[in-house]
Parts: sequence; structure tokens; C-alpha cells
Amino acid sequence: MKISISDRAKRNIEGYLFISPWLIGFVFLSAGPIVFSLFMSGTRWSLLSAPQWIGMENYHTLLFDDPLFYTSLWNTAYYVFFSVPLGMLLSLLLAILLNQRLRGISIFRTIFFLPSVTNMVAVSILWMWIFNPEFGLLNRALEWFGIAGPLWLQSETWSKPALILMSLWGVGGGMIINLAALQGIPEELYEAASLDGAKSWRRLFHITLPMISPALFFNLIMNIIGSFQVFTQALVMTASSGQGSEGGPNNSTLFFVLYLYKKAFQQFKMGYASSLAWVLFIIILLFTLIQFLLSQRWVYYQTDERLK
Amino acid sequence: MTEYRQQQIHFAKYLKLGISYSTLIILSLIFMTPLLWLLSSSLHNLDSIFAVPYQWIPDKLHWDNYQTAMTIIPLGRYFLNTSFITVTVIIGTVLSSSLAAYGFARLNFKGRKVLFSLCIATMLLPGQITMIPLYVMFAKLGWVDTYFPLIVPAFLGSPFYIFLLRQFFLSIPYEYDEAALLDGASRLRIFWSIILPMARPAVATVVVFSFVGVWNDFFNPLIYINSIEKATLTLGLNMLKTQIIGSGVTQWHVMMAASVLVLIPNIVVFFLAQRHFMKGINVGGLRG
Repeated sequence: MKISISDRAKRNIEGYLFISPWLIGFVFLSAGPIVFSLFMSGTRWSLLSAPQWIGMENYHTLLFDDPLFYTSLWNTAYYVFFSVPLGMLLSLLLAILLNQRLRGISIFRTIFFLPSVTNMVAVSILWMWIFNPEFGLLNRALEWFGIAGPLWLQSETWSKPALILMSLWGVGGGMIINLAALQGIPEELYEAASLDGAKSWRRLFHITLPMISPALFFNLIMNIIGSFQVFTQALVMTASSGQGSEGGPNNSTLFFVLYLYKKAFQQFKMGYASSLAWVLFIIILLFTLIQFLLSQRWVYYQTDERLK
Repeated sequence: MTEYRQQQIHFAKYLKLGISYSTLIILSLIFMTPLLWLLSSSLHNLDSIFAVPYQWIPDKLHWDNYQTAMTIIPLGRYFLNTSFITVTVIIGTVLSSSLAAYGFARLNFKGRKVLFSLCIATMLLPGQITMIPLYVMFAKLGWVDTYFPLIVPAFLGSPFYIFLLRQFFLSIPYEYDEAALLDGASRLRIFWSIILPMARPAVATVVVFSFVGVWNDFFNPLIYINSIEKATLTLGLNMLKTQIIGSGVTQWHVMMAASVLVLIPNIVVFFLAQRHFMKGINVGGLRG
């Protein structure tokens, strides 16, 4: 059967009609805004008057003239550096525990998974109360062990550890991904290993971890990206005295995206906030690229023999 | 000798079982405690909540905290607002994303590969880049303090769901389309009457995921909605918190009651759709 020119034209038109909602979205919600954002980062603009072109000044200011930029960068790095590895470890441990044929295992899975799909604002308010220095759950529990708990969210030293601790409660998503990967490991591998007399810790390091390394890598990338964008809990939990005071005490929870939000939507410095967004994009991109490069050393992809 | 060895194996098996169970039980208690504490605190009153030692089940259960919470903020109204936004967004997302996914999976048009790569690439873009220009755009359109900025983008396709649905469509044999084409059905009809019904599991995953995304969205309502009566549940809950924190004595029990009310739909949907959550997460995650 020959395909005539009009058939081909019809096929093209049909194709574009089907993807047209996305195509319009791509132009107006992604591509256009990206270009516009680059332009904005070179302006001073409060939305009330026309944008004023100032070239690279925003980037110059944030690099050399804005201590809060570095504060927010430091806070975010601190948060990422602890919450990502701890979260990875915990989600792996939970997945390994759940990957057993035990009675009632689905109940445990539900308990670990549930907190990760709830509402961040409600969860933040709950944890504000848990972290209450005098009457909160955590310090009451610590007192039971004879430990005088810190001020948590009201302390410059403990506010970030508090939010990191809270983030561990939400590792359920990563846990499920790990669990699925664990369940995909063929039983024969373990049988062969136990015939060779491999001890359980050797099985962990030589079979289990390599086999689920793609899942671990996926979690790592998603966690890094997500943690760099930590926002809601900081906004909800750290406003001591109404709007504008978020990120306290003494800016110890002023994370990067929170700072960006305050610049854009409380101070209406749209140009400056755009330049912050680009810095964040570059940092996330760099981290992701580095992880992809490093992954060649530790991520093991099984290639399907049939595809060779 | 063999009997001794067998006993040893038995003992090791039970020891392992015991360790597994006790670790699981301790960890799940730790994971459950915050939610139990939430529920317990929501039933205290101002005196009993600060008592030392803490009473997990107060002598008198103060269910009236829930009423108090609803008089501070109109939670019923916010529930309806959030439901309206969520339902509209889900309809928009399923329609637009599945249309685009069908195009990418089934129709061989010019530039398909390039456009699909672009679609995937936009998934990697952090929202912070586009949120400010989008705000400016919606502000110029006069859409601030309306639901349009929250709803309209859903009708313009979402890359992650397009990807997810396309993968599923690819697994449906093309013979279905061919047979229907021979019978003279249009592409739109094939999409609507054959492919989309067959993709029900994937659509369910999209519905569940977009429900969670929209129902719990805080950022977009925060920047776009100003009127108190137009707020969503998350926004309203944050307003309640600000009001109570600013009022001197912090009524934690009322805040906890409000949080419970906001969390109930989440928990109901979680239990109804647990299967889809797990599946969706695994489609999103790479496998093997």
C-alpha cells in the first residue's frame, strides 16, 4: 500500500492535534518562562513599574554583597548533607526488614509508608508541637530517659537537626522503591551464594546492594533535588512573629528556596529572585551531573541478554 | 551429630525471626507515635495537655476542639474549595496528558522524537525557575486571587504523567488500532473508546498521584490566593496556625484537631488506593 502525500499530511496534523495541549503548555508554561526568567534575572523589577535592565548586577550583588545568600546556601547544604544520607540509610534498612516472608508484613509496610503521603502543612504543625521544648512529645520522651532536651526550633543550633529528624519520618517513598528493587532480585542468586558458603553480610554487599544500586541511585538523585528545595516545613514551622519572620531563629532555617520566596513574594524583588532561581538551578544541575559521573563506579545495571 | 546440627539451624532460624519482629515492632512504634500523639493531643483541653506526666487518653475527651477549630477557620468551605480545584485538575490532567501520550505513543508525525525528548527534559527543570515568570504572566492576565493559575496549567499536559501513560500505551498491541482503523474509526474515537479504557490501571495511578499533588499543594495557593474565603485546606490550616500562635496562649489542642480534620481525606485516600501508590512509585522509579 502506498502512502500518499495527503495521508502523510493528515498523519502529521493528527499527531500535532493530539499533543497540542502539551505543546501549548510547553510554550507558555516551560519554554517561554525559561527565556523570560533569564531576562528577568538581569533586571530590577517590583511589578509596579516597568522592569529596569541592570545586566549582571543581581548576580554580582548576591555573590559579593549579600550575606543572607551565603547563609541560606549554608543552611541548605547542611540540611542536604545530613537528611539525604540518613534518609537513604533508613529507607534501605526498612526495605530490607520488610523484604521477608513474615506474617503481618503488610501492616508494617503501611505504617512506614503512610507518613510520606500525608499533608506537609498538617505534618509541620504536628511536628511544631512535638518539638515544643517544655511540653512536646520529644522532650517529654527524652526526659523519661533523664535527658534534658534542647529548645529545638527555638534554638539556632538545633533548628536544622530538628527539621532533619522530621524528614526521616517521610522516608516511606524511598523505602517502597527499594523494596520493589529487592523483590526483583532473583532467588537463584542467593541460593548459588549460599551453596558457595557466603555469609549474610557478604550476600548484602556482593549481591543485594549491587542488584538494587539503580534504585538507590534513583533515590539519591530525587532526594538531593528534593532536599535542595526544602520549603514548606521551614515556612510553616519557623515564623515566630508573623509574616516576614520565617527562617528563624537568627536565620538558622532560612533555606535557599525560602529566601527566594521571601525576595519574590514578600519583598517583590522579582529580578533578584530570578537570579537566585538560576543559581539554584545551576547548583542542582552540577550535583546531579556529579552524581551521574560517580554512579558509573557503583551503580550496576543488569543488561538483558536478549538485548545484546 | 546431624540432630545437633539441625537443632542449631532451628535455633538460628527462630533467633533471626525474633530479631526481625522486634526490630519491626520497635521501628513501627516510633513511626506511629507522632500520629497517635496528634490524635491524643486533639482531645485534650488547655489544662490537661500541659500536664506532667502526659495522659495519652485524657479523662474527658474534648471532641469540642474540632468544633472550635471549625469556628476559627471555615474548614467546610475550604474542603469544598479544595475539592473543586482537585477534581478539576484531575480531569484536566487525565484528559490532556493522555491525549498527548497517545500522540507520542501511536502517531508517527514529524518531529515526534525531538518533541518527546523536550517533554522529558522539562521534567528535570526545577519549578523555581518558572514560578516567577508564571506569576508575572498570571498577574498580567488578572488571574491573581482566582483559581485559574491553579487549574489552567493542568489542562496543558504534565510531562511526568505523559511519560507514564505513554509507557503504558506502548504496551497495548497496535493491532487494536489497526482493526479499528479498518472499520473506519477515527483516531480520536480509537483513543477514547479503545485505548483509554484499556489503560485504566495507568489512569488510576495518574488520578491518585495528581490527587496527592493538588490536595496537598501549599505553594501555589500561597502565592496566588489572597482572599480568606477562597483559601484551600492547606492555606487555611496555615492561617489558623498563624492566628493561634499570635494569640498568646498557644491552643495546641485546637491546632491538632484542625490538623486531624485536614489529614482525614489523605488517610482515607491512602487506604483506598494504597496499591496504586506503590505501583505509581515504581513506575516513576527505575526498575532493574
